[in-house]
Amino acid sequence: MNATPLLTVDGLTKHYGQHVGCEAVSFSLWPGEVLAVVGESGSGKSTLLGCLWGDLPPTLGRITYRRRDGTAREMGGLSEAERRVIQRTEWGFVRQNPADGLRMNVSAGGNVGERLMAVGARHYGTIRRTATDWLARVEIDTARMDEAPTAFSGGMRQRLQIARNLVTEPRLMFMDEPTSGLDVSVQARLLDLLRSLTHDLGLAVIIVTHDLGVARLLSDRIMVMRGGRVIETGLTDQVLDDPRTPYAQLLVASVLQVAG
Amino acid sequence: MMAEGGDYNFAYLDEQTKRMVRRALLKAVAIPGYQVPFASREMPMPYGWGTGGVQVTAAVLTPDDTLKVIDQGSDDTTNAVSIRAFFARTAGVATTTETCAATVIQTRHRIPEAPLAEDQILVYQVPIPEPLRFLEPRESETRTMHALAEYGLMHVKLYEDIACHGEITTSYAYPVRVAGRYVMDPSPIPKFDNPKMDRMPALQLFGAGREQRVYAIPPHTPVVSLDFEDHPFSVQAFSGQKCALCGATHVYLDEVVTDDAGGRMFTCSDTDYCERRQAAGFRP
Repeated sequence: MNATPLLTVDGLTKHYGQHVGCEAVSFSLWPGEVLAVVGESGSGKSTLLGCLWGDLPPTLGRITYRRRDGTAREMGGLSEAERRVIQRTEWGFVRQNPADGLRMNVSAGGNVGERLMAVGARHYGTIRRTATDWLARVEIDTARMDEAPTAFSGGMRQRLQIARNLVTEPRLMFMDEPTSGLDVSVQARLLDLLRSLTHDLGLAVIIVTHDLGVARLLSDRIMVMRGGRVIETGLTDQVLDDPRTPYAQLLVASVLQVAG
Repeated sequence: MMAEGGDYNFAYLDEQTKRMVRRALLKAVAIPGYQVPFASREMPMPYGWGTGGVQVTAAVLTPDDTLKVIDQGSDDTTNAVSIRAFFARTAGVATTTETCAATVIQTRHRIPEAPLAEDQILVYQVPIPEPLRFLEPRESETRTMHALAEYGLMHVKLYEDIACHGEITTSYAYPVRVAGRYVMDPSPIPKFDNPKMDRMPALQLFGAGREQRVYAIPPHTPVVSLDFEDHPFSVQAFSGQKCALCGATHVYLDEVVTDDAGGRMFTCSDTDYCERRQAAGFRP
């Protein structure tokens, strides 16, 4: 594994007035690593993700990202222009509700092509070919590429959102509960797809989930959050099979066991 | 400054309002294609009838000006006649239908066929100034996109056209890039007129009353219509038709239904241009 981290978070704190969103979160993420952030509702997972992505300005702390060209960038000190360039070329964000991450009145092909056009692609044939490739990779029937996502099922919309993000070959993906709105069989297929894509592309991923099954299947490392603080962190197997803190033990024990 | 009748201030608007509009216009000219907010006033006509254009015209008009008003290329439709009468009454300026004789031309949906000169001002009426509006409804977001020159989304519109229809079917309000920077909605003129905007010697001013925005293209400014490398911009061709009254080709034609038995004819959309050609002896 590469010796320098892709993303370094140091003492990240977000207060909403008196209320604590997240408190003193520090971690490093290496290229190709999948980090799951788990915890119950209100534990600060989504606040953390919002701060990392740049939607929420943190109260305290530093986020350092190493760009594709090797230069380290302190995200808080960047101009909005550079932050947005990083967001659409090197990062991606998969939202819980695909309608928030897609343009619902634009065709599937247009949704995938948008990022290409945003980075300057001006050849229709090339854009079309690349979009077709990516739709095929996320198992969407390319005969339906000119249909709007409103005509798609929830699982297809989520896969479309993933293709739309991956088309510029990002290095770091943020995912906020990507499977939680889907039924179980569709979830399984999406997880399978995510696992093979992250593996094939060497993607680093920060995935927020309350589903420990998702964490176990996808992630290399786990961070358990409670009340805005990270209470336990470690390798996925280690945390899930041998949780150290009482809360993590409770969390693991509360998973429904289906047929041993 | 009072008009002949003495009942209205010159060109209807009060002097402070005209100064406010002029300040916005100066900024608009300084930043070609950038939408400048202005405090649009209530005008004695409904929104959609050219309240933005009328305010811009009122702000630039001087007593020595000669005004021409066009609606869909014609000088004698309701909108054109009433705006012309409005300024004849409130400003007492001379009016004309002749493109070359006018110093200020207010227009809706067309650019005249006759080339414009440096001493002329073309004022457009604009319903929706934001070219990105129908793709990105958040005004805060479109302003950021303009500020950072993030215009990929505009091509998504053109992509959708080609994906659905095999070609770019956007035929009016076709987006342009002004002076290599701002993407601008040229108002609902046919894309046939887009090339005329490029390096036009006349000053082009755009007023959107309801949306409270003005923008401008200074004389001789490059204006490029957006397109794809493999689907270049092209204008309407009218499949070889010519004007049934003056025989003109290479002009924007209106199709006119003449009876209920399928009879139809094509005529110049620019009525002044057509009349002048007929007077000069051109026949079909």
